[in-house]
Order: sequence, then C-alpha cells, then structure tokens
Amino acid sequence: MDISFALTGKGFVIVAADTTAARSIVKMKLDEDKIKVLSPHLLMAFSGEPGDTVQFAEYVERNIRLYQIRNTYALRPSSAASWIRRTLADSIRSRKPYAVNLLVGGYDTSTHTPSLYWVDYLGTQASVPFGAHGYGSYFALSLLDRYHNPEATLEEGLDTLRRCIDEVSKRLIVAPGKYKVKIVDKDGVREIEL
Amino acid sequence: MNVFASRFSATGYASELRKAREISGDEDVSDVMWGSEGFGNLAKEIPTFAIPSVPDPAAFLRLHTDDHADPSCRIKIKHGTTTLAFRYKGGVIVAVDSRATAGSYVASGTVKKVIEINPYLLGTMAGGAADCQYWETFLGIECRLHELRNRERISVAAASKFLSNLVYSYKGMGLSMGTMICGWDKTGPTIFYVDSDGTRLKGDLFSVGSGSTFAYGVLDQGYHWDLTDEEALELGRRSIYAAGHRDAFSGNTINLYHVQEDGWKFIGNYDVSEMHYNGPGGKGGYGYDIRVEGRTSANPPS
Repeated sequence: MDISFALTGKGFVIVAADTTAARSIVKMKLDEDKIKVLSPHLLMAFSGEPGDTVQFAEYVERNIRLYQIRNTYALRPSSAASWIRRTLADSIRSRKPYAVNLLVGGYDTSTHTPSLYWVDYLGTQASVPFGAHGYGSYFALSLLDRYHNPEATLEEGLDTLRRCIDEVSKRLIVAPGKYKVKIVDKDGVREIEL
Repeated sequence: MNVFASRFSATGYASELRKAREISGDEDVSDVMWGSEGFGNLAKEIPTFAIPSVPDPAAFLRLHTDDHADPSCRIKIKHGTTTLAFRYKGGVIVAVDSRATAGSYVASGTVKKVIEINPYLLGTMAGGAADCQYWETFLGIECRLHELRNRERISVAAASKFLSNLVYSYKGMGLSMGTMICGWDKTGPTIFYVDSDGTRLKGDLFSVGSGSTFAYGVLDQGYHWDLTDEEALELGRRSIYAAGHRDAFSGNTINLYHVQEDGWKFIGNYDVSEMHYNGPGGKGGYGYDIRVEGRTSANPPS
C-alpha cells in the first residue's frame, strides 16, 4: 500500500513517500518518515513488508556511514546503489529475505550529476530519470512519461510531483493523505513541505 | 522414459488420442480438413472430439482456461485492453487500442474495439470480445426497432439502460464486459459506462481495461471542458499511447472516433510504435526518450 515517487531535474533529485503506516484496515500512524538520509548527498525511500523496511533501511544507513568512517570519504550514489542492490540480491537468496523496494536518489558532487536508482526486493536495479513504487506507479508512470523534464527547475519538478500526487488522490481508492518530500542537490539534503 | 512408456500404455491421454485416431481412420489429417465431405461423429460408434496433438492436452488447455477464478466460466477470454471516452464542449472522443490477448499470448493486433451501433451511437469493447460484440450488435437491432416504433432516435440513456438491464439479467452466468455507450442525442453529447456487474454510470470521462490507470494518468492531467477538437483528439490518442506503452496487454494500434451532433466520424488508425518514435504526421514522437532527447540533468558549474 505504500506509495513512493522520485524524479530528477536540473541538478537535483526529489524523493517523495507517503507517511501512513497501516496494519490491516487501520492507519496506525500518519506521519511516519519512509525516506532515510543515508549521507549528506544520498536519500533512500523504502517500502514493502512492515518490519523489514525499517530494519533494512537502518542496516544500509549504518553500513554507508561505516564506509565513510573507514575511508574518510563517502560512497558515490552509483556505488552506494550498487552496494544496496547487492545486499538485496544476497538477501533474496537467503532463508529469510528482506521484502523491501527502494528509490535511491543522490547527487554526485564530483560530476555534478543527480542520479536516481529504482531498486526492488528481487535485486533489480535500474538507473531512471523518474521512478515510482506501489499502486501509485500505475497512475504516475504514464503521467511522468508525458510531463517529466530532465532540465526542469526545482519549482517545475515539484509541480510535476504535485501532478502525480493529485492524480493518485483522484483515482486510487486507498490513496494516502500526506506525503513527505525530500530533495538532494549540490547543497545536500533537505526536507520541504509540498 | 515417461514418453516411451506412454506409447504402449493402455490408459492415459496418449492412448486416448491414439484410439481416437484409429477410430477416425487417419493419422495426420484432422476431421476439419475433410470439410463437408465427412460424416463427422455421427458415422462412428464412439463420439470423439478433437484433442490438441501435444504431450499433455489437459495442461495445454489449462493455459487457456481460468477455472480457479470462476469454475463455472472455464474459458479464459480476452481481458487486456485499454479504452477511453470523454465528453467536452466539441462532442465526444472515443479512443481504443487494438490488442487481443489470451493469457500472455497476443492473439491479435488488429481488433476493432469500437462497435458502431448506429450512426449516432458507439460502444467500446473491454472484457469478453464475443460478449461485447454480440450484445452491442443486438443493442443496435433494438435501437433500430425503437426508432421504427417511436419515430424517434433512442437516447443514449435509454440505449445504455437497455444494455445494462440485459447484462444484469445474465448476472453470475459468466458474461464479461466493460463498455462505454457514447453518442449524441437531444440532450447533447453523452457517455454511459456499463459493465457486466450491472453497474451503469453517467459521466464526462471514463477509461476501461487493464491499461486504464495509465490512460487516466495522461487523460486526467490534460483534460478540461474547453478543449478544441484538435486538442481533444490529440489527448485521446496520447492517452491510449501511454497505456499501449506501459501496459503489456494493450497496444499495437489506436482507433480514434469523434462524435458530434451529426453522428460519429472515424478519425483514424495510428500505430503505437509509430506514435512512439515519430508521432502523428511525423510531428515529434510521444516516447519519453524521443521527447527529451539531448536534455540532461547534470549541472556542472559554468
């Protein structure tokens, strides 16, 4: 039921995820943060099996931090995404796999390139200009095919994100009420109100 | 080993098939090839019917049945589709794809999913192809009878209600249709959504089928009442393209219709791949990579 969107623009990535934590038919929490800040220039939206999601996100968070402590420099987004994918690929082949889907957005400060990776629990990774997980993807992907602009300004990018959220609110029966939106660009990570 | 054993076994599908062939007295020529010359099953003592010539006919047929979903409706019929219709100031736009699938198999890429009920009424086809085709043709007959009896064209509301009552009377018997009845009557441009559950809805904008969510994504965002004819046709075409691109069970070509006061007009048939790469009339492809070619998100300091 979780919904997450992410899209790139000129020099930034926007990552958005709904904030409901539901169990059965009950919304248990309305302001859950499902976007982890992995490093000063790296974000990860996670969704999937309750329990697995947070466990996995924290495991990734600590390992990314460990790498930085050991090497004094952080992993680039592409390397971080590859490591995360590999972790999931190993996990799916274990006795108890993590059922977690991810959108990893980052800004590579040495090439000045924003990048976004779509990763699923099977260990599929794809570098994409925009991505979505959950039921939202059925409505948003065709919309993003139509409206996404890789050279969009931040305000234009947020307008496109609003289109996605409005569309899902309009058509999806179980549409969530609130979303958390985080942005990563050359200045680092920040959260904004939509 | 299994194959070897089954050649000589007296029971099982292989021997049944062998027996069936012995009785019909031919090896490779099926009854169908005899056309009207043959006497069919009547001339033989044991009635038989054609069995697929594959190692396990039951498993083969299971690919084309859907008996876990509904045990009383055993044939899996065409389900994947995208159809849409919307009302705007200039009339009604109807756009559909043309792919027919049976499971994962693309059975046809040239299906007519808009059924021309009469010069003022169109019906769209989603769900069972045969059900839609048969009952909407039947609806056409009833609409003509209405005209003859009442010296007046049937309203879209009445026609759709006739269909909805008809399918409701068959509820639970395996009918499968999701259709939009579109037309122009005394009240102006009108669309009704009718499905085999018995649901009947009047509205401005509908999309039906497995690709409907993808079509809605583009359609909702581009839709407003004051669209020009040109814009409206483009929106209908662009929305079906989006579904054809994202939904595996929709695609091949787009059929586009425009309904105005003087009845419906067929606008054209558009290949989805052609729309992806070149767009209508070669005026720029709809595809994401084609649309954003040359643009980059990289932002190096100048």
